[in-house]
Amino acid sequence: MRIADKFTELEKNKEKALIAYVCAGDPSADATVEIVHSLVRGGADIVELGLPFSDPVADGPTIQAASTRALKAGMNPDRYFEMAASIKENVPLVCMTYYNLIYKRGTEKFARDCAEAGITGIIVPDLPAEESDELRDVCKKNGVDLIFLITPVTKGPRMEDILNRTSGFVYIVSRLGVTGERVDVAESTKNILGHIHTDVPKAVGFGISNGKQAAEVIKTGADAVIVGSAFVNIIASDKNVNERIEKLASELKESCR
Amino acid sequence: MKRAMYGKYGGQFVPEVLMPAITELEEAYERYKDDPEFLAELDYYMKEFAGRETPLYFAKNLSQKYGIKIYLKREDLVHGGAHKLNNTLGQALLAKYMGKERIIAETGAGQHGTATAMAATNMGFKSEVYMGAKDVIRQHMNVYRMELMGCKVHAVESGSKTLKDAINEALRDWVTNVENTHYLIGSVVGPHPYPMIVRDFQSVIGKEVKEQIMKKEGRYPGSIVACAGGGSNAMGIFHPFVDDKEVKLYPVEAGGKEMKTTEHEALHSASLCAGEEGVLQGAHTLILQDKYGQILESSSVSAGLDYSGVGPELAHLADIGRVIPCNVSDDEALEAFYELSRLEGIIPALESSHAVAYVMKMAKTGELGDLVVINLSGRGDKDLETVFRLKEEGKNMKENSKDNDEKEISP
Repeated sequence: MRIADKFTELEKNKEKALIAYVCAGDPSADATVEIVHSLVRGGADIVELGLPFSDPVADGPTIQAASTRALKAGMNPDRYFEMAASIKENVPLVCMTYYNLIYKRGTEKFARDCAEAGITGIIVPDLPAEESDELRDVCKKNGVDLIFLITPVTKGPRMEDILNRTSGFVYIVSRLGVTGERVDVAESTKNILGHIHTDVPKAVGFGISNGKQAAEVIKTGADAVIVGSAFVNIIASDKNVNERIEKLASELKESCR
Repeated sequence: MKRAMYGKYGGQFVPEVLMPAITELEEAYERYKDDPEFLAELDYYMKEFAGRETPLYFAKNLSQKYGIKIYLKREDLVHGGAHKLNNTLGQALLAKYMGKERIIAETGAGQHGTATAMAATNMGFKSEVYMGAKDVIRQHMNVYRMELMGCKVHAVESGSKTLKDAINEALRDWVTNVENTHYLIGSVVGPHPYPMIVRDFQSVIGKEVKEQIMKKEGRYPGSIVACAGGGSNAMGIFHPFVDDKEVKLYPVEAGGKEMKTTEHEALHSASLCAGEEGVLQGAHTLILQDKYGQILESSSVSAGLDYSGVGPELAHLADIGRVIPCNVSDDEALEAFYELSRLEGIIPALESSHAVAYVMKMAKTGELGDLVVINLSGRGDKDLETVFRLKEEGKNMKENSKDNDEKEISP
C-alpha cells in the first residue's frame, strides 16, 4: 500500500497516523512477522521495518542493541526482503536503513527489491539531500517514496529543498540527538512545526514513548507520530511481547483519533 | 566534480542534523585558512608549543645496513610524541575562531586523544574523548595522560570496541550537542571538509621535508613511505609531493596476522589493498565490508592503524595510481620496531614501524630508489607494554611447543 493512500484514508476518518518502528530480525525473522501483526492489530497505520546495519550512527543504545541482536540472529538484506514479502497486512511498509547497505546492493536493485516485497517507502538517516539524487531517481521509477528528515537545526533554503524532495511524509526529528525515549517532546515539536509549511504529511519522531506524549504532539499539529524505541524495549524484555506491543500500539493510536 | 569530492570518493553522508555544522565548518575554514592573524597564531603554536620544525634525520646505521640512503621525518619528536598535534592545534584554533565551547574527539591508539587534550586544554576548551574499550586497555597510559590534562575519556563498549566504534559514539555526541561543540576528527576521514582540513594541517610535514631534503641532498627522494590507517600522516607527507610525479608514494597498511577475511572480521586493516567501495562514517571510500555492506571488524597489532576504512583522497590517489598501496604484517612491523630501536636508538610507534618494515623489506629490490624518506609518525613509548606482552607470549608459545614436541601432550 502506498503511504499517500493511507493518509487519504485516515483523513477521511479524521484520524492521525501511528507509525511504528521495529528492527527486522530482532529476535528473529519469524518473530518480527508476528510483531508486525500485533502492531497492526493494535492500530499501527504504517510500519517501519529497520534493516539492521553494523554501524548505526543515528541510533541510541536501544536500537543499536536491537540491530546487534538481529545481525547476530542472521538478518541480512536477502532475508529481509523475503520476510517483508511474507507480511500480508493492509498497511504501508517502510524500510529504514543506512546507506552502505543500499549502495552495496545497488540503488536500482534495492529500490526494485523494496517495490517487489511490498515496501513503499525508504528512510536513510545518513543520506542528506545533497547525496540523494541517485537513490531518489530509482525510488521514483519504482514507485517507492524516499522520506527525508528535518531537524531543529534545518533552516532556510535547506528546509525548502528537503520539503521538495521528500515524498510520502516528512520525518521531523523533534530534538537534537539520537533515537530513544525522552521526557519532554511537545515543546520542541511545537517550535519546529511552526516553521514547516508543506502539504506533505508531517510525522514527528525521536523520543515519543506513550499515549500522553503522542496526544501532545498531535495537538501541536503533527499528522503522525513515530514510535520506535518504546516498542523495541518491549521486544528486548522478551516478556509477553506480542500482547504488550498490541496494547502500546492501541494506547498510542487512541491519541491519534 | 562537486567540491566535496576527491575523484569519485568523499562526499557528506551524515545525518541531516549535522549538515548545518559541516557547512559552518566548511565556511569557517575557507574564511580563516588564509587569514594572516589565524596563520600567525597557528604558526606560534606550531613552533612554541608543538616544537616544529621537526628534523629530517639521516639514519646512517639503517642506511648502511640496507644499502640505500634512508631519512626519517621525526614526527615522533612533536609534543605528545606523534604528528597528531599538527592537526589538533589547527582545528582547536579554528574552533576558537568559530566560537565553540566544547571539543570532542575519537581516538584509537590514544595519540589523537592526547593531542586533542593538549590543544584543547591549552586553548581553554572543555574536551571529551571517545575511545574503544579494547583500546582503553591496550593504551591505558594514554588514557592517564588525557585525564591528567583534564579531558574526560569515555570507554566505548559497542561493536568491536575500537576506533570505528569510537567514531560512531563521537558522532552520536555531536548530533546531540552540535550547537556548541566542535568534533575534532583525527584523521583524513569522515565527511568533507574533514579530509581536506586534516590533510592541510598535516601538510606541514611534507612542506618541511621538501625544503629539508633539498638542503641536505639537493634533490627529491625516490620514494616516500608512510603508514596508513585512516591516512593522516601519509596524506600530510604525501600531499605537497603529489604533483612531483618522480617521487613514488607508498602508504603502508596494516597487514595484521594475515591478508584474509572471515565472516565478520578482517584479519588485517588494509582497506586500500583489500577494501571495496562503500560509505562509512560520512564518506564514500574503500572499506572492509561483507557482501551485504556490513562493516567488518579490522585487526592490527597497532591500535592506530586498526580501522575498517581509509581517507577518501587516499583511495582516490590509489585509484589513479599516484600512490602505491602496500602492507606489512604484524610480525614484520614488530621486527622493524626492534630493528630501529637497536640500530638508531629510536623507538618507533608500532604504527610507524609498518613504514620502516616496508623499507627494510623493499630496500634491496631497487624499487624505492636510492633515497627514501620514512615518515616516523610517532614514538613507541606507548607501545612498550604491548611489545613486551607479545614477546612474553612468543616465548611461552615457543616453550609450549617445545614441551609438546617432547612430551606429545594433546591440549
